[in-house]
Amino acid sequence: MVDVTSSGGEAIPPAEVADVELYHPQSWLTKYVFSQDAKIIAIQYSSTALAIGLVALVLSWLMRLQLGFPGTFDFITPEAYYQFVTMHGMIMVVYLLTALFLGGFGNYLIPLMVGARDMVFPYANMLSYWIYLLAVLVLVVSFFAPGGPTGAGWTLYPPQAILGGTPGGQSAGIILMLVSLILFIIGFTMGGLNYVVTVLQGRARGMTLMRMPLTVWGIFTATVMALFAFPALFVASVMMLFDRLLGTSFFMPALVEMGEQLSYGGGSPILFQHLFWFFGHPEVYIVALPAFGIVSDLISTHARKNIFGYRMMVWAIVIIGALSFVVWAHHMYVSGMNPYFGFFFATTTLIIAVPTALKVYNWVLTLWRGDIHLTLPMLFALAFIVTFVNGGLTGLFLGNVVVDVPLSDTMFVVAHFHMVMGVAPILVIFGAIYHWYPKVTGRMLNEALGQFHFWVTFLGAYLIFFPMLYVGLVGVPRRYPELGETAFIPDSVHTLNAFISVMAFIVGFAQIVFLFNLIWSIRNGRDAGGNPWRATTLEWQTPETPPPHGNWGKQVPVVYRWAYDYSVPNAKQDFLPQNDPGPRGLAEAPR
Amino acid sequence: MAIALVLVLVAVGSVLFHLLSPWWWTPIASNWGYIDTTIIVTFWITGFVFVAVVLFMAYCVFRFRHKEGVKAAYEPENKKLETWLTAATALGVAAMLAPGLVVWGQFVTVPDDATEVEVVGQQWQWSFRLPGEDGRLGRSDNRKIGPDNPLGIDPADPTGQDDVVIEATDLHLPIGKPVKMLLRSIDVLHDFYVPEFRAKMDMVPGSVTYFWFTPTRTGSFDILCAELCGIGHGFMRGITVVDTQEDYVAWLQEQSTFAQLSTPEQVSSVGEVNR
Repeated sequence: MVDVTSSGGEAIPPAEVADVELYHPQSWLTKYVFSQDAKIIAIQYSSTALAIGLVALVLSWLMRLQLGFPGTFDFITPEAYYQFVTMHGMIMVVYLLTALFLGGFGNYLIPLMVGARDMVFPYANMLSYWIYLLAVLVLVVSFFAPGGPTGAGWTLYPPQAILGGTPGGQSAGIILMLVSLILFIIGFTMGGLNYVVTVLQGRARGMTLMRMPLTVWGIFTATVMALFAFPALFVASVMMLFDRLLGTSFFMPALVEMGEQLSYGGGSPILFQHLFWFFGHPEVYIVALPAFGIVSDLISTHARKNIFGYRMMVWAIVIIGALSFVVWAHHMYVSGMNPYFGFFFATTTLIIAVPTALKVYNWVLTLWRGDIHLTLPMLFALAFIVTFVNGGLTGLFLGNVVVDVPLSDTMFVVAHFHMVMGVAPILVIFGAIYHWYPKVTGRMLNEALGQFHFWVTFLGAYLIFFPMLYVGLVGVPRRYPELGETAFIPDSVHTLNAFISVMAFIVGFAQIVFLFNLIWSIRNGRDAGGNPWRATTLEWQTPETPPPHGNWGKQVPVVYRWAYDYSVPNAKQDFLPQNDPGPRGLAEAPR
Repeated sequence: MAIALVLVLVAVGSVLFHLLSPWWWTPIASNWGYIDTTIIVTFWITGFVFVAVVLFMAYCVFRFRHKEGVKAAYEPENKKLETWLTAATALGVAAMLAPGLVVWGQFVTVPDDATEVEVVGQQWQWSFRLPGEDGRLGRSDNRKIGPDNPLGIDPADPTGQDDVVIEATDLHLPIGKPVKMLLRSIDVLHDFYVPEFRAKMDMVPGSVTYFWFTPTRTGSFDILCAELCGIGHGFMRGITVVDTQEDYVAWLQEQSTFAQLSTPEQVSSVGEVNR
């Protein structure tokens, strides 16, 4: 790998190595269905993720119907309620957010942003999607299996997850769930290897690591983390499957279920929790880091200003990724694990707040003295900062071990993780779609529908989850299908619950409007041209839009500068594309 | 300038909501007021940061909105500012962590004079066991559970014979005396949660977990299960009653021991319990 430094203004000669031989599809089937082109695979991942995500959205409406108006809907039994809760959570975290950020955005943006023609292992990339689709189908089958899907909570804690008191525990539900997760992890390992190796080995000449856009850094770091974290979930799932099917006792102690002595013994339920959360905590950062990277690029492009502190932003992403592996037991403060672990994990958890806060400061300092265009991507980026700061700060309550004691398993936790993982990254996804839709389709999304979508989603989601914090503060537990007559819960809480439910339906409606916009604009959106946002990163410099197979036409780009030469003093225009050898700007962030 | 205005409204509105909201914690009935204090410290620090960040954003969005002919500044980084901000954040984090860990140190250190009370959870009810006259709880084992022995007390252990068994009905505790709650489950994970006591902990089948507290006011308090345990989770309720010493002794005299429950012919009540 040749180390390319500041260009000094001269053009760098094209690569000495021969271009990679691309796989060229011959038939309609290999072009659009069994495609090895990362862009098609990206659209396949995104469509599947959004489709199953819609199912999870509807499940959330059913949950809110029950919580807002208990006793009104007879078909929402406790069994059904727990199945809704479980499937909503699992789908949203794993099958929507992880798949969309890594499989969707990762596949489309990584090759384009680093100047490659495609991912380095295109066949494995294609297989990874079909395995993901199979995992989703197995999950969908569980809805129709006798006994229905599992209702064990997305955390699937044993012993209850495989016992008869839990929906799906003694029927096919939990088995299908675990098989689906195992398939998902296999697929994502294949995809993940692609993203990591392409970033490390497939970059165009001149694209050093410290010239990569933060979008790539976020997705890359998340993928490395996924490769380390998912195996813990894999083994936990296999062990639980063995407990369920073969009568082993990895997680099952001697227990008496409904008066009957079961033949398990010697296992540890807490072992499952350690394995699950060793995966589970990095998982939430696997969702967050791509969002962090993407939002940095949205803010800098639409404020016409370099991201403030690019080098610290890269370090922060890497440090957050590493630290996220030593905080997992903050999900287990009241699990009954050795209480002295609480000192360690509270400390590491609060330490991780520091690099995270640094990123927030740098986002707002990018706005300072910027040239802010209030486009839809910018609006969603601003809304992300507000909701992420809110959600992240409530994490400081829960991370401080003794404060977590009264708050754990209350609606405070539910409000925290929705705000920080459900609202904030989803706002980034929306901003990213408004931003990159013109590159994928060649057309702009409709502005008026977009404005409606933005305002209703941002304010509505805030009004759902901010008050919910206070419901939790009262002491209302989570995962209760109804509260009944409980002395310490005042009537005003029931009114607030009804209000939250109504807001949820309104926000849900706005997503239908967004879906309509996505489909309508494919044919009717305004023509976008190649670079409607006048952005510097490589994906906007393709010779054709949408980019065809091979991305770059005859010659891959050569990179001369970092990704953030916006508003360079004395430059003719307010941006310099990364492959522009042109007038003096910055080759990369200053040393 | 809609978005700038809305950002100000969100910051101010959130603070107002906090100050005016009727939704606050239920009055405490234990010694763990320190937890409440730490929560208030955290609200102050996080509240300040939230308002500062959002108002700064609102200002930037207003002041630096796109104007024809005006260009953005070009400043890639500012080491001094970033270092200062990192230091200030670390300080704020330490200010929350330090008191939190001090109180946690108290939480994990059970006072020597705490009496033991065992809570036994099962799908979907609460039962309890007191150590009885000898002050010690007998051994227990899930494998010993049967129709005559719902809590799985080992009949071979003599210290278990005088254990007071309270099955599926209210627990009583005397006011002002520290108590170590020993938590046990016979089937799945549960969590003994009384919001007014603040303290809680999961119970794990196969092991015994604990937490301690001192009840500080009399009353009748709901027990809620706080760890998903199957379809009855939301209905797994109980009552803990905190009594004056006299009322507590009177209640205790009416309870039965393990020995009495195992041999139904003897119906005499438990004698004076010395504490």
